[in-house]
Amino acid sequence: MSEPPRLSAGYLRWYRFSRNPTAVIGAAIVLICIAATILAPWITPFPNAVKAVVDFRSRHLPPSALHWFGTDDVGRDILTRVIFGYRVSLLLVVVVLGTAVPFGAILGMLAGYYGGWVEIAIMRTTDIALAIPPLVMALAVAAVLSPSLFHSMLAIAILWWTWHARLVYSLARQLRTQEYIEAARMVGAGPLHILFRELLPNCLPPIVVKCSLDAGFVILVGASLSFLGLGIRPPTPDLGTMVATGAAYLPEKWWESVLPGCAILFVALGFNLLGDGLRDVFDVQEVR
Amino acid sequence: MEFLLFLLRRVLWSLLVLVGLSVVIFLIARAVPGDPARMALGPTATQEQVTDLRHKLGLDRPLITQYGLFVAALSHGDLGRSLLTERAVTDDIRESFAATLELVLATIFLALAAGLPLGIAAARWKDRWPDTASRLVAILGAVTPTFFLALLLQLLAGYVLHVLPTTGRLDPADPFHADITGLITLDSLLEGRFAVTLDALRHLLLPATALAAATMGQMARLTRASMLEVMSQDYIEAARAFGIPDWLRVLKYTLRPSFVAPLTILGLEFASMIGNAFVVELVFSWPGMAAYGIRTILQKDLNAVMGVVMVSGAFFVGVNLVIDLLVGLVDPRIRIRGARA
Repeated sequence: MSEPPRLSAGYLRWYRFSRNPTAVIGAAIVLICIAATILAPWITPFPNAVKAVVDFRSRHLPPSALHWFGTDDVGRDILTRVIFGYRVSLLLVVVVLGTAVPFGAILGMLAGYYGGWVEIAIMRTTDIALAIPPLVMALAVAAVLSPSLFHSMLAIAILWWTWHARLVYSLARQLRTQEYIEAARMVGAGPLHILFRELLPNCLPPIVVKCSLDAGFVILVGASLSFLGLGIRPPTPDLGTMVATGAAYLPEKWWESVLPGCAILFVALGFNLLGDGLRDVFDVQEVR
Repeated sequence: MEFLLFLLRRVLWSLLVLVGLSVVIFLIARAVPGDPARMALGPTATQEQVTDLRHKLGLDRPLITQYGLFVAALSHGDLGRSLLTERAVTDDIRESFAATLELVLATIFLALAAGLPLGIAAARWKDRWPDTASRLVAILGAVTPTFFLALLLQLLAGYVLHVLPTTGRLDPADPFHADITGLITLDSLLEGRFAVTLDALRHLLLPATALAAATMGQMARLTRASMLEVMSQDYIEAARAFGIPDWLRVLKYTLRPSFVAPLTILGLEFASMIGNAFVVELVFSWPGMAAYGIRTILQKDLNAVMGVVMVSGAFFVGVNLVIDLLVGLVDPRIRIRGARA
C-alpha cells in the first residue's frame, strides 16, 4: 500500500506564513529595518550626521530631494540619523529580550513543571515584579545609577522576564501531564532532558510570538525613556531623543519630531504585525 | 459569606505584594554606589559630619534593622525628606498625586467607555466593518509611542482646531482650589461650580485620550474575543431558540460573562499606564507626579524617587484589588472559586 504524498511540516508552515498578509508585511518591515541598521554606514546619504557636527547654513531645512526627512536644528540630515537611531532601538530589543526571555522561560518552566514551593516562590515573585511599572522602574534605576542606555536596558530587563515566566509557566503546567513527558520519565530521562528537550521545544512557538510582539513594546519603552531624557547620551542618534528635541520647533518645523516619531511607529508596527501573523501561523492561543 | 472570604484573601494578598514591593525598593535604594550620607552633604563636608549623618540616618546599622526602620516609617506614611525641596516626600507627593489620579481615572473611564462598545460591536458584527475598525484601533494603539500621540494631539488641538486647551488642568484665569478630594472635576461638582467642571473636563480630554489609546484597542479586542467564546456556548443558542431579542441576548447574557477577561487585563495594563502617564504629563504640562519624579531623578534625590516608585506600585496594587472585587461581583463563579482555593 502506498503512502499518500505528504508535505513536510516546515513547508506547511512556510505555506501558511506566505499566505498570511499580516505576517508577510510585518516580516518585510522588520527585515527592511534590520538591513538598514546593518548597512547604515553605506546606504545613508550623509553618514557624517551621526556625529556632533554643526552646519548652520543647512539648519531646519524642510524635506526635499536632497534631505528626504529634512534637517534638524544644527543642520544634520534627519533620515541618516533615523536609520542610525534604529541601531539603538534594535540593540535595546536584542539585549533586553536576550537576557529576559531565557531567564523568564527557565524560571517559568521550573515553576510549571515542579509545582509546590518552587512554583510559589517563583510565581509570587513575578506578582511583585508586575506591581512595578516598567517605565517607573527604569526611572528609579536611572536615578540610582546614572541615566544611560546600559542602565535603561538593565532596568527594562529586570522586569521583563516576569511576562515570559508567566507565559511559560502556564504552558508548562498544561504540558507536564502529557503522555510524552510521562513516557520520557518512564524510560528514565533526567529532569534536564525533560525540561530542555521535551518541554522547551513545545513552549517555543508561543515564546517566539510573544518575543515579536514584545520587541515593538521594548522599542516604545526605550523611546519613551530617551524622550524623558534618560536614554543614550547625544550625539549618538536616538529616535526618542530626536522627537523630544524636535518638539521644541513645533509646529513650523514639524518634520524634526513627526518623522522620527513615525519611524518609531513603523518599526513597532512591523514587529506587531509579524507577531500577529506568527500567532496565526503557529496557531498559538495563549499569547495575547 | 463567600464574598467576604474572597475579599479577605484579596486584601491579604495585596498587603503581601506591598511588603514585597517595599523590600525591592529598599534594596534598590541601598544599592546606590557611593555613600548616601556623603552624597547628601556634598564633597565639602568633613568626615565627622558624614559619620554623624550616617548614624542619624541609621546607615551604620545592619541591613535588616535598616529595613525594619524603613518599614516602620513607611507604615506612618513617612517616606523621608526630599533633598531637593527639603520637605517631607509624602507632602510633595500628596500634592501632585491628585492630578495624576484624576488623569488616570479619566483614562480608565475613556478606555472602557470607548473600548467595550467597540468590542461588543466587533463581536456582534464579526468580520464586518466594526470588526475591522476595532482591529485597526488596537494595532495603531499598540504601536504608536504614547509621547508621540500626545504631541500629535497637542499639535492638532493647538494649531489646527483651536478648541481644546493643550496644557494644565484648568484655565489659569479661573482659580479653583480642589480641597475636598483633590480631583477638580469632583470637587467643583460638589461645590456646584459647573463651569469649572466643564473646564476641567476640557483640559482632561486630550491627555486622557493620548493615554487611553493603547488600552482602548486592547479592551476592544479582548471584549470581542471573550464575547465570541461565550456566543458559541449552548445557553446562548438556547436563548436564540427561545426568541429572546437580539439586544438582550448580546447585552445581557453574553456581555456579563465576557467582562472578566478585559477587566483583569485592564488591571495588568495599568502598570504601563502609570509609566506612560509620566510621559503624557510632561507633554501636557500636567502638574502630576511625573514632573516631580523626573525633577528629583535628575537631582538624584533618592527618598523622593523611592517615594514615587512606592506610590506608583501601591496605586497599581490598589487598582488591581478594586478590579478583582469587581470581577468577583460580575462573575459569581470566580468569587466562589476564589473563596475556596
